[in-house]
Amino acid sequence: SFIRPSLITFSIFRICRSMSFVLPDLPYAKDALAPHISEETLNFHYGAHHRTYVTNLNNLVKDTPNQDKSLEEIIRTASPGPLFNNAAQVWNHTFYWNSLAPNAGGEPQGAIRDKIIENFGSFETFKQEFSKKATGHFASGWAWLVLNSETKKVEIVDTHDAGTVLTDPKYHPLLTCDVWEHAYYIDYRNARAKYLDAWWSLVNWKFAEHNLHAVYELKRRKS
Amino acid sequence: MSFVSKAFARAARAFTPAVRPIPSVASPLAPGVFSDPMVAGFATSMQSYTLPDLPYDYAALEPVISADIMKLHHQKHHAAYVNNLNAALEKYAAAEAKRDLQGMIQQQSAIKFNGGGHVNHSIFWTNLTPKGQASSAPSGKLAKAIETEWGSVDKFISTFNTQTGAIQGSGWGWLGLNKESGRLQIHTMANQDPLSTAGLVPLLGIDVWEHAYYLQYKNARPDYLKAIWQIVNWKNVEERLTQASP
Repeated sequence: SFIRPSLITFSIFRICRSMSFVLPDLPYAKDALAPHISEETLNFHYGAHHRTYVTNLNNLVKDTPNQDKSLEEIIRTASPGPLFNNAAQVWNHTFYWNSLAPNAGGEPQGAIRDKIIENFGSFETFKQEFSKKATGHFASGWAWLVLNSETKKVEIVDTHDAGTVLTDPKYHPLLTCDVWEHAYYIDYRNARAKYLDAWWSLVNWKFAEHNLHAVYELKRRKS
Repeated sequence: MSFVSKAFARAARAFTPAVRPIPSVASPLAPGVFSDPMVAGFATSMQSYTLPDLPYDYAALEPVISADIMKLHHQKHHAAYVNNLNAALEKYAAAEAKRDLQGMIQQQSAIKFNGGGHVNHSIFWTNLTPKGQASSAPSGKLAKAIETEWGSVDKFISTFNTQTGAIQGSGWGWLGLNKESGRLQIHTMANQDPLSTAGLVPLLGIDVWEHAYYLQYKNARPDYLKAIWQIVNWKNVEERLTQASP
């Protein structure tokens, strides 16, 4: 089992505000996503890439006013540049690890399933569109399933490089898929489409459902 | 062009194969099939780009760049840019023939992505050479220009590597010529955007898309950037400078 962060408290855990950001534990063992995503990939993707983003972020906020901000605050206020890039990538990757799980994948149930069918017609149509967006994104980036609070629909969006849906207040992230080459090159080389197949075998619908409910709960409290 | 002359042009296209203007200077960027006017007659009316051969074997750049990487980089990544470019150009031509402006615009990003990929990689392969054949440093006009700009070749390389290493996501580091000023410049480009869009003539490009180094160097992009200078083909860079200089 693993810790399921709520959307509201979803941030890198800090012991006290003036201490540095910490790389959160993976929600599962490094070999838990094999054979879809190998232990070797996680060793580098989590152990090197994600870790480096955290290290860089700490170096960039040290002895600056940003030191006292939460990760989300930094992402929402930083201008384009290394501070934004590293902060956003720290957040994106944590969201990504939670978007995957061992013994997961397949089709969703419950509210998230209903929403997908309501807005896409069928799960199959949604799956094809998501794969198309993720595979078709040119160069580095991310594919997201979001709830759009303006249209009240679940939608697929892509962001470029370190871009995150967090900077757009109408988007509530439900799932993400990393399409930077480092996410799939060890296991699939240039075949990003094959990596998407692996992603579908690991997609953590419980996390998506949890995120959807968190948004509904937020709305309920506001009204 | 009037409607009548356009109609004639369309009819002419249907019955004669297209002849593309032949560049006056042989360049690795010329579509392979069309550089020979005799061969042009056998091609379709659609402009078709081809994957250039590497000037060396896949294993020739070892140990700096592995054969595995070279094979994938050339046969999969570069080949995909060429194929996707041709497909986008076909769709563009079809839209153009119907005067479907929206259809034409829709293909523009694919042409830029894949065309840029083709342009960039075609230059890149010639910018590299096996370790044994590489001269250790630039000479002549190129060396002078580098020293003028950065003081020394070492300073140039460290500046280049710092800027190129800092590229967020996928992109390229370039040494380019500003024709107006006649000066050399280091300039980084995102994605596959060709250096020409920044108004510079490309002389030397280093690919820092992860596919260029990941299998060997993993996330250690700085290590790749340090090592690659062992196989830079300074002669080719100098040739490009000579060709571009007035």
